[in-house]
Amino acid sequence: MSDEKWEPQIVGFACNWCTYAGADLAGTSRLQYPANVSLIRVMCTGRVDVSHILAAFAQGADGVFIGGCHPGDCHYISGNFKTLARVTLTKKVLEQFGIDVERLCLEWISAGEGGKFAEVIDCFTSRLRELGPNSAKPKLGQKT
Amino acid sequence: MAKKKEKVVGDLRIGVYVCHCGLNISATVDVPELVKFASSLPDVIVARDYPYVCSDPGQKLIMKDIQKLGINRVVTASCSPRLHESTFRKTLQEAGLNPYCLEIANIREHCSWVHADIVKGTEKAKRLVASAVARSSLLEPLDVKEAPVTPQALVIGAGISGIQAALDIADAGFKVHLVEKEPSIGGHMAQLDKTFPTLDCSACILTPKMVQVERHPNIRLYAYSEIEGIDGFVGNFTARIRRKATFVDWDKCTGCNDCAEACPVKVPDEFNMGLSERKAIYRSFPQAVPNKFVIERDVCIECKKCQKVCKPDAIDYDMEDELVEVQVGTIVVATGFDQFNPSLKPEYGYDQYENVITGLEFERLSSPSGPTGGKILIGGREPKDVAFIHCVGSRDETVGNEYCSRVCCMATAKQAHLVKERVPQANVTVFYMDVRAFGKGFEEFYMRVKEEGVFYRRANPAEIYRRSQRLVIRAEDTLLGKTVEVEADLVVLAAGMVPNINTQAVASLLRLGRSSDGFLMEAHPKLRPVETAIDGIYLAGCCQGPKDIPDAVAQAKGAASSAIAPMARGKVEVEPITAVIDEDLCSGCRICEGVCEYGALSFDQQKEIMTVNEVLCKGCGACGATCPSGCISLKHYTDQQIMAQIGAILSHVR
Repeated sequence: MSDEKWEPQIVGFACNWCTYAGADLAGTSRLQYPANVSLIRVMCTGRVDVSHILAAFAQGADGVFIGGCHPGDCHYISGNFKTLARVTLTKKVLEQFGIDVERLCLEWISAGEGGKFAEVIDCFTSRLRELGPNSAKPKLGQKT
Repeated sequence: MAKKKEKVVGDLRIGVYVCHCGLNISATVDVPELVKFASSLPDVIVARDYPYVCSDPGQKLIMKDIQKLGINRVVTASCSPRLHESTFRKTLQEAGLNPYCLEIANIREHCSWVHADIVKGTEKAKRLVASAVARSSLLEPLDVKEAPVTPQALVIGAGISGIQAALDIADAGFKVHLVEKEPSIGGHMAQLDKTFPTLDCSACILTPKMVQVERHPNIRLYAYSEIEGIDGFVGNFTARIRRKATFVDWDKCTGCNDCAEACPVKVPDEFNMGLSERKAIYRSFPQAVPNKFVIERDVCIECKKCQKVCKPDAIDYDMEDELVEVQVGTIVVATGFDQFNPSLKPEYGYDQYENVITGLEFERLSSPSGPTGGKILIGGREPKDVAFIHCVGSRDETVGNEYCSRVCCMATAKQAHLVKERVPQANVTVFYMDVRAFGKGFEEFYMRVKEEGVFYRRANPAEIYRRSQRLVIRAEDTLLGKTVEVEADLVVLAAGMVPNINTQAVASLLRLGRSSDGFLMEAHPKLRPVETAIDGIYLAGCCQGPKDIPDAVAQAKGAASSAIAPMARGKVEVEPITAVIDEDLCSGCRICEGVCEYGALSFDQQKEIMTVNEVLCKGCGACGATCPSGCISLKHYTDQQIMAQIGAILSHVR
């Protein structure tokens, strides 16, 4: 454990059609959740490349969150399935780097599930607080 | 209108505009601190704050900076891009800047509204602004493309909402393909007896509209048909419609009813809510549109008696489903609702006692065209004591429905009135939680019904059981604060509205979102109530949430006018977000080819590399994430842009 002020930093990827809108709904509904996640909007989670996830960890992210449409609901038919396959693969890569696979979180959250978005971020943040800082983060990726 | 000349993009000059959104943002994000932070970021020439950036003076502020300070990348730190991205893109365009030089940091929905701690909120807002600024510095101007709009619309569902939407679009001069899964159009409204609060006869106001649909030269009706698939985008959708086999040639069928009279197979009549029987060959009801018959093959015993009596020789046992493909520019979804299944509240004994019925069953019972010819009879006798129970399946977390169904209070008041009218000596008790008489003429009608002697008892019924031959409702009277028992011979459950059973399938086909209550989700709950997240697809009626008839009709007219707009304009703007291939890097491995769901990538045999068909490409970016040589990039979501965001988020920690 580091000092008590430490808070995990989460880079999030959210698809425009489901999870980004779900996060918007969490906002409209004024649901409170930890401020640790910053979302990057992509049209589809299928756009999220393994290299994006690895880059986030290399630059010091303590967790990476990916939120897409439920299976069968992908706006682009099968982008979420591609992500599922890619995340499974990425977890194997993370293991090789000594990064706990639990630091990579993939969830299906629809545009109507503001509550689920808040819950998922809450749980993920708590889990990362337990895991502590991403000790595998290579110094070379850090800018400040 | 001549397009203003776009500014030549030279050095990066970023302008950041932080919105207070009244107190929505400024209450939990330190705006001056955020502005100070933004001005420290690379290439930021100006950072300002304003109470409402989306307002006219707010937008003018941005335009002035573009023109006076030569700002060529704009970042607004404001509400969700899903709300105002199009607003600010227009601002840029008006000032002569390419609309794609805009990036929005969502510091309201994703920050100020969800983080009450101003310190943490401000820190997160900084990360979001840093991310947006980093991305904006890599944004490239993109050319908006225009696509023609097919001047035809598809309306899915032909209840009152679908009928109204179809008629309005057709009256505006556009062709409408109206698809209904049942053999007849009309929906639930066709089942109603009278309508509240005016007591208009439902059939008298609905059936003329049904006939109008059938006769309208611009409406092509596909009854007994279902949507099988939808492809394309606004202006250019392709819909595949399955016309289910009716086993009756509708070109020949005259609707004479001889076949049904000859048919020996009896099954419960869905239109009469199972209160009577119909035959295996049937039409939904005598005023059906189209007035044609259908054979339900699952129950048909193929005795062929119908074939023998059919004078026009319309029976065709070999008929098969037919698939039709239509091109449409816009789509109205009007798939309606289902009545809540009261079996899920077993304490009310709906499955046990035949004299516990639902509101819709009561409608059939009191309808002159119903199984009893409009006489309120239960077990062949007029009831002496009638009880109505409000909110069955509505406002009830135990069945997962927190919402109010909006129509049951008034439908119950109307049904109570009808009991008093038909069986004047009957005692009528209504068990209610609250009475919501909010519409035009509703409160007046509720007062009238109370004056007619209907007794409203504020009570929560706990169970219904049988004592000798009568039903007993045991309830907690919340005004008296004690348990009461009320006897009745007929109990009517005001069963609420739930999303139509096909809602999930429709949502998946059209890629629409659903709200937490399961109904289809509108683009914005206040300002875009008929639009969906998908351009060119609009919602009408109860598929979006419970509504009474006037509200459903009003929304249908709104959906129709929205659906007409792109067709009247004749063209739509298409997002220029497509994949591009770096020809020098592509090795022609063709891995991306299999990833694309739209067939937008094809192999150029001569160059031995892949090419993108920009018309087919939907811009999901799956190919870019797959390409092993990194030669595919997605416009507006390039690797560099995403990487810059990741870097910015993580370098502004603490």
